[in-house]
Amino acid sequence: MKLSTGDGWNPYLAGAMVGIVAILSVAITGQFLGASTSFVRAAGAVEQIVAPERVAQSEYYQSVGLRVDWQIMLLVGLLAGAAVGAWSDRSFKSEGVPPMWTGRFGDSVWKRGAVAFVGGAFAMFGARLADGCPSGHGLSGLMQLSLSGFVSLACFFAGGLVVANLIYGGKRS
Amino acid sequence: MKLLIMGFLTGLAFGFLLQKGRVLRYEKQLGALRLIDMTIFKFMLSAILTGMVGLYLLHDLGMVSMSIKQTILGANIVGGLLFGIGWGLFGLCPGTAVGALGEGRWHAAFGIVGMLAGASLYNAFYPALKASVLTWGDLGKVTLPDVVHLNHWLVIIVLAVLFILLFRLFERLRL
Repeated sequence: MKLSTGDGWNPYLAGAMVGIVAILSVAITGQFLGASTSFVRAAGAVEQIVAPERVAQSEYYQSVGLRVDWQIMLLVGLLAGAAVGAWSDRSFKSEGVPPMWTGRFGDSVWKRGAVAFVGGAFAMFGARLADGCPSGHGLSGLMQLSLSGFVSLACFFAGGLVVANLIYGGKRS
Repeated sequence: MKLLIMGFLTGLAFGFLLQKGRVLRYEKQLGALRLIDMTIFKFMLSAILTGMVGLYLLHDLGMVSMSIKQTILGANIVGGLLFGIGWGLFGLCPGTAVGALGEGRWHAAFGIVGMLAGASLYNAFYPALKASVLTWGDLGKVTLPDVVHLNHWLVIIVLAVLFILLFRLFERLRL
C-alpha cells in the first residue's frame, strides 16, 4: 500500500492518525471531537448583538451556553491546521466554484453560493435536531459504539446519496 | 485556559490530517455520495476503527470515561435525513467546511453562513421540536453492544471485519 498517492497522503493512514488524535484528546482533556454545537454558539452570539433579550430568554441558546469553549478553539485550530497542510504541499487554491460543480452547473459563484447557503442551513438544522454532525456522531459516536451515531450516520448518508444523485443525474462523470 | 489551548492544538492536528487526507474537497464529498470516490469513507472508517479500539482499551483500564449521546430515534432519523439533504447540496459538513476555507476554497463561506442561519432557525423552532420529534423513540444513552447484548470487544471485532471487507471492496473497484 502506498503511503502517499501523489496527491496528499494515503487516506487510511491520515484517518488512522485522526483516530490517534481523538484518543489522545479524550485521554488528556476528556473532550470528544465535534463541530456543530459551535455553530449554535456563534449564531447565538450574532443574535445577541441584535436582540439580547430574546437570546437571554431562549431555552436552547441558554442550554448550550454562549461562550468560547474547547470546541470553538478546535475549529479555530482546524482552520489553521488545514491552512498549514495546504501551504506545506502547495495545494492551497483560491476557489470560488468547485470543478465538479462547474462541469454540471457552470461557473457562476452566485449560483454555487446560493445552493451552498441553502444546503448549509438544512445541514445545520438537521445536525442540531440529530444532536451531531459527521464529527460528533460519525467519528466520536461510532468510536464509542453509540447507537445514535450509527442511526444518524446512516441517515446522513441516505439523505446525501439521494440528493447528490438527483442533482447530478446519476451520471458517472 | 489550558483547555482552550488544548482545543486549538487538537484542531491544528485534526485540520492538518483532514487536509493531507484530501477530504476537505467538494469533489471528495460528492464523490462519496455519488459512489465514484470513497476517499472520505476510507479516511473516516479508518479513524473510527483506530479510535474504537483505543478508546475501549483505555476505558476498560479505567483511564477514560465515555460520553454517549442520547438515542432519540425520531430526532436522529429526521435530523439525520435533513442533514444529508443539506450535505448533498452544500458538499461539505460543519468541520470540513471550516477546513475547506483554510485550504482557500472560499465558496465554503456561503455554506458556513447558511449553517449559522440553520442554527438560528433551529433555536427558533426548538420549543415546538422539544414537544414533538425530540420525544419520539427516546431510548436513552445506549450503545450497540447494549442493544445486541454482546460484549463490546465482540462488536468491535465484527465491525473491524466489516470495515476491512469494505476497504477491500473499495480497492478492488478502484473507488
